[in-house]
Order: sequence, then structure tokens, then C-alpha cells
Amino acid sequence: MITLEKKIKVLVAKVGLDGHDRGAKVVARFLRDAGFEVIYTGLHRTPEEVAMAAVQEDVDVVGISIHSGAHMTLVPKVMKYIKEFGGDLDEMVIVVGGIIPEEDIEKLKSLGVDEVFIPGTPMEKIIDFIRKKVPEKKKMGRSR
Amino acid sequence: MNVEEIVRGIEEGNRRALARAITYVENDYPEGKEIMKRIFHRTGKAHVIGVTGFPGVGKSTTVSKLIQKFREKGKKVGVVAVDPSSPFTGGALLGDRLRMDGLDVSKPLWLDPGVFFRSMSSRGRAGGLAAKTGDVVRLLDAFGFDLILVETVGAGQSEVDIVEVADTTIVILMPEMGDEIQINKAGILEIGDIYVVNKADLGGADKTVRWLKTMIMMDQESVEILSKTTHADEAAVQSGEIFERMKKSRDWIPPILVTVAERGVGIEELVKAIEDHFEYLKKSGKLMERRVRRLSRELFDLIMDEIKTILSKNKLVDFRGYVERVAKGEINPHSAAEDIVDKLLKVGCN
Repeated sequence: MITLEKKIKVLVAKVGLDGHDRGAKVVARFLRDAGFEVIYTGLHRTPEEVAMAAVQEDVDVVGISIHSGAHMTLVPKVMKYIKEFGGDLDEMVIVVGGIIPEEDIEKLKSLGVDEVFIPGTPMEKIIDFIRKKVPEKKKMGRSR
Repeated sequence: MNVEEIVRGIEEGNRRALARAITYVENDYPEGKEIMKRIFHRTGKAHVIGVTGFPGVGKSTTVSKLIQKFREKGKKVGVVAVDPSSPFTGGALLGDRLRMDGLDVSKPLWLDPGVFFRSMSSRGRAGGLAAKTGDVVRLLDAFGFDLILVETVGAGQSEVDIVEVADTTIVILMPEMGDEIQINKAGILEIGDIYVVNKADLGGADKTVRWLKTMIMMDQESVEILSKTTHADEAAVQSGEIFERMKKSRDWIPPILVTVAERGVGIEELVKAIEDHFEYLKKSGKLMERRVRRLSRELFDLIMDEIKTILSKNKLVDFRGYVERVAKGEINPHSAAEDIVDKLLKVGCN
């Protein structure tokens, strides 16, 4: 089947020392089944590596999975490097998933994270969010 | 980024521009075509290496080790890795990049400025590559990579599109994947310029190598030499002299290498074989020959695409009308096609 509409490309990233990838793998699989093109980074990537992958693969969405508690350090670093490598955070959707304390969710959002998904989030919610947010941010059309 | 910025970016070595160009080309945007037109004059310098084989034989791992070895030699390496799309949802899980770890953790390949890695979904296309893989290779070539590695989807017996893109094709197998009948069934096993039996530590690699050797030597000329071998030549067969004689009748005998890619075993020899093959291609004139053959096919496809576009737009020919008449049984499809082409030639292609 050949479809002419642009496929949504998502990078599912594990960053830092956190070795819990069950969630990331399940999300990657569900996003694939929702029709997205999903690139999984594998474990233990540095923020630079995740950012470089996001830029080279020219993804629409970067999903960072963190269960280690280091999100306030690592997420801003990933975003900083994306910018440094020439990526455009105005048109790239950044989402974070994992065990994120409630008080940090607002903080992450104020840093430019588009959404935070905590354990128990239904997959449909994540898929719907991406479907809605990507064209919104990207003004997706033939010219972009 | 507009076309102007992207073309300039590619010329100046801006990886962000390259990434965006690939997106345009992959999604068939008009900008993509424009970019391809403008960068063509910069292409043709890279050595394009295809890596194919059954799923799970270690293609991605081998690719990552090759990247590292070529980097040590100071070569710049572009990579396109294709994974299959789901036939049901069109989605894809692209899992080649995650294997891109070198042998030396102190030199992470992901950040190496001499490496560019792009994952591609096959987007429903059979044959082992995506429709636009060839154009993406050309973009990497224009960007200035010395070597471009193209990893196919886990291929079976008929995914042989890689030869339409690569100068050198590496076919990777592993032990215990089937007997000599499987090997002689051909398909991807006919297309190798270099064969690799990976995961040799599993045991049984020697058997696979033997079968491969037989398969490779069993071409017309070799059969002739063998059929002329009399009983008295038995010694020559035993000593391997016949094998040498058969070798001489051909200008390139695909080498069969044994590797354990995970641990880097045999990668040095693989690099050497790749370099030897490129030298052979250049010296023998085969490089040009192969590229011309590929280009003629590509040009033909492009012409067909253009005609399809014209057919869908041209009011005078009324393609839809013909379809309806064929559906109603008023005209048969062969005559309809002849009519349409006649009309197209008469009215011109505007």
C-alpha cells in the first residue's frame, strides 16, 4: 500500500543509566501498530546521541522514556543538544514517559516538553496526542 | 528550509540539510525532485556497498563494525538501513540504528561527524529496499561520503533490489540455515560479490562455506572444465588444482569469509575484500558497466512515472473513460492501451 500523506516518524529513546526498557518497547510497538514509523535507540544512550539521532533521522516526535528520576537533568540536555545540532524544537514534538513526580510535570512543560505520560496512561491517549500535536506544531503540508 | 537552503547546506556539509532533503525525497514532495536535480552533478564518487541476508544473521551488527573499521581508515561513511513496514497498518519499527555500537566504547559512532545514519521503512515495497532508497544513496553521495552502506530488510529468496543500488553486494548467512538445496535455490544467494558466514562460533560454518563454494563454482564455464576432467585428473581435483583452473576462467570469484561480527572477528578481512572488489570493478571497467545498466533501468522507470502523471492529467486522452469502457466490456484492455498510446503520441505529452 502506498500512501502519499507524510508518515509520522517517532524516536523512542532511552537515555542515561536507566535500564528499564519494557515500557519503551511496548510504546514503540503500539506506535508502529498505529501506523507510525518508529526508531528505537536501545538502552543507555547519552543526551547527545539521542539528539543527534533525532536530527539525522529528521523525526517529528522525540519520546524520552525515563524511570531513573534523572529527568530534570537529562530531558533539558537532550533538548539543548537538538537545538545545538540544528534541530528545530518549534516543529519537533517532545514527550516524556515514565515515573515523573507530579510537581516535575509542570516544570518539564515549562521547559518546552509538550506532554508527559505517567504509568497507566492508555496507549490511545498517547497515539491521539501525537496525531493531533504533530500537524499542529509542524503545520504539516506539502511545503513543510 | 527551502530548496535553496538545502542544496547549499548539502554543499557545505550541513547534516541538518541532508536530513531534511532525505525527508522531502522519501515523501515524494516536489522539493525532493528539485533537490535531486540540483545535486546530481555532485554524485558518482562514493563506493556503494549493499548488505543483505536473512533476518537475524547479523546484518546490522556487521554494518556497525564495518563503519568503525572504515572510520579508522579515515573514510567518511553514510548508512541507509531499511526495515519492513507492517502490511496492515503501514507502520514500521526501525531497529537497525540501535545496533550501531562500535568495538571501542570510547568512540561512540552516533556522534562521529564522519558518520551519517538514516533509517528507512520499506513502505510496502517488496524487494528489500524502499522505493526511494536509490535517491537517498545519491543524496549521501552528493554530501561527500566515501562509502555508503545500504542495509536491506531481512531478505528471503527473492529480495534482490539491492543490486540496483550497490556497486558491491555482501550476502550474509549463518550456519545451519538450510542445506545445499536451499543455497542452490538461489535468489539472494546469486547476487553476492562477497559472501559472509557470520556467527561462525555457533559451529557448522565449515559446512555452509563448502555448500556456498559449490554453488558459486557451478556456473557454465566451470561445468565445462569439470566435464572435460578425465579420470586421470583425479589428482588435480584432489589437490584443488581444478579449482584453481576454474578460478582462472573468471575475473571475480566471490570470496567466502567467516566472521563473528559481534566480537569483530573477520571484519578486517571483510574490509579487505570490499576494497579488493572495488579495485576490480574499477580496473575491469565493470563499475561503469554496472552503473550504466542501473541508470538505463532508472531512466526507464522515470519515463514511466512521467507518462503515468501525464495520463492522470491529460484531458484529451481520457484515461478514466477508457477504464470505464473496459469495465463495461466495450473494449479489451490491450486494444485500449494501444489506443491510448496512439492518442498520446498524436496529441503530444502536454
